[in-house]
Amino acid sequence: MNLHLTRRYCFAASHRLHSAQLGDEENQRVYGKCNNPYGHGHNYVVEVAVSGPVDPGTGMIANLADLDAFVDRQVIEPFDHTYLNEEISAFRERVPTTENICIEIFNRLREFPRAKLERVRVEETSLNSFEYTGETSGSRP
Amino acid sequence: MIYLTRKIEFSASHLYHNPSFSAEENRRVFGKCNNPHGHGHNYVLEVTVAGDPDPATGMVLDLKELKEILQREVTDRMDHRFLNYEVPELKGQIPTCENIAAVIWRLLQPKITRGNLHRVRLYETPDLFVDCYGETNGAGASRGGPQ
Repeated sequence: MNLHLTRRYCFAASHRLHSAQLGDEENQRVYGKCNNPYGHGHNYVVEVAVSGPVDPGTGMIANLADLDAFVDRQVIEPFDHTYLNEEISAFRERVPTTENICIEIFNRLREFPRAKLERVRVEETSLNSFEYTGETSGSRP
Repeated sequence: MIYLTRKIEFSASHLYHNPSFSAEENRRVFGKCNNPHGHGHNYVLEVTVAGDPDPATGMVLDLKELKEILQREVTDRMDHRFLNYEVPELKGQIPTCENIAAVIWRLLQPKITRGNLHRVRLYETPDLFVDCYGETNGAGASRGGPQ
């Protein structure tokens, strides 16, 4: 059976969308309110999907306690209640859009030892969400 | 190709216990879920069928028919039941979300004769769900459809 187990997590963080490659006016035009120099915050929701064979002894793809501890250590603990631009090194060089947050979270969870990481989905608000499956094809770098 | 999803809810109790593990190992592996009296959830089931609409009816399959299949195969079997003891299809298995989703797939798959069963998504809580895509290798079967 091809089964994916998905777990939902939350963290709250602030960010500012501002690209060093663009001038001030261009940043304002592209990012609008999100370019406010003081930043702003969201309650992010992260869905982590893993797959693998179901262990006949436990009935599980992965023990949730192991997945929770791994996600907590790799993502929730470092991201929660931070200013992403300054406190997460990856976002010193990359704009912390939810696209980039999604990719960064996927890369941090890629090495989960108990099951294969299938997908990371991040909701910035209840109205928008982004998914990344580790595939690099597509029009964006 | 159209993907049609119907949702139902059922409430059931379960416990996780492997008779081949020691009492300590059961507690260590399954934690609170090993409570011998069991505990319950409001499960939410989303069933997705893929197909092309029939030109005469405009439907992939009649939703009323799907509703009846879900009632007969899932609700009547599992709603307000203790899954370990009252659902024979789960006998000998730990009734995790993974195993319940796979049982539901096997129950529904032969009954859906219009369109193809694409995905069974079973929520144990709003923060935990399992997607079952049937007997396919790898994740390929899930691609191309709504996630």
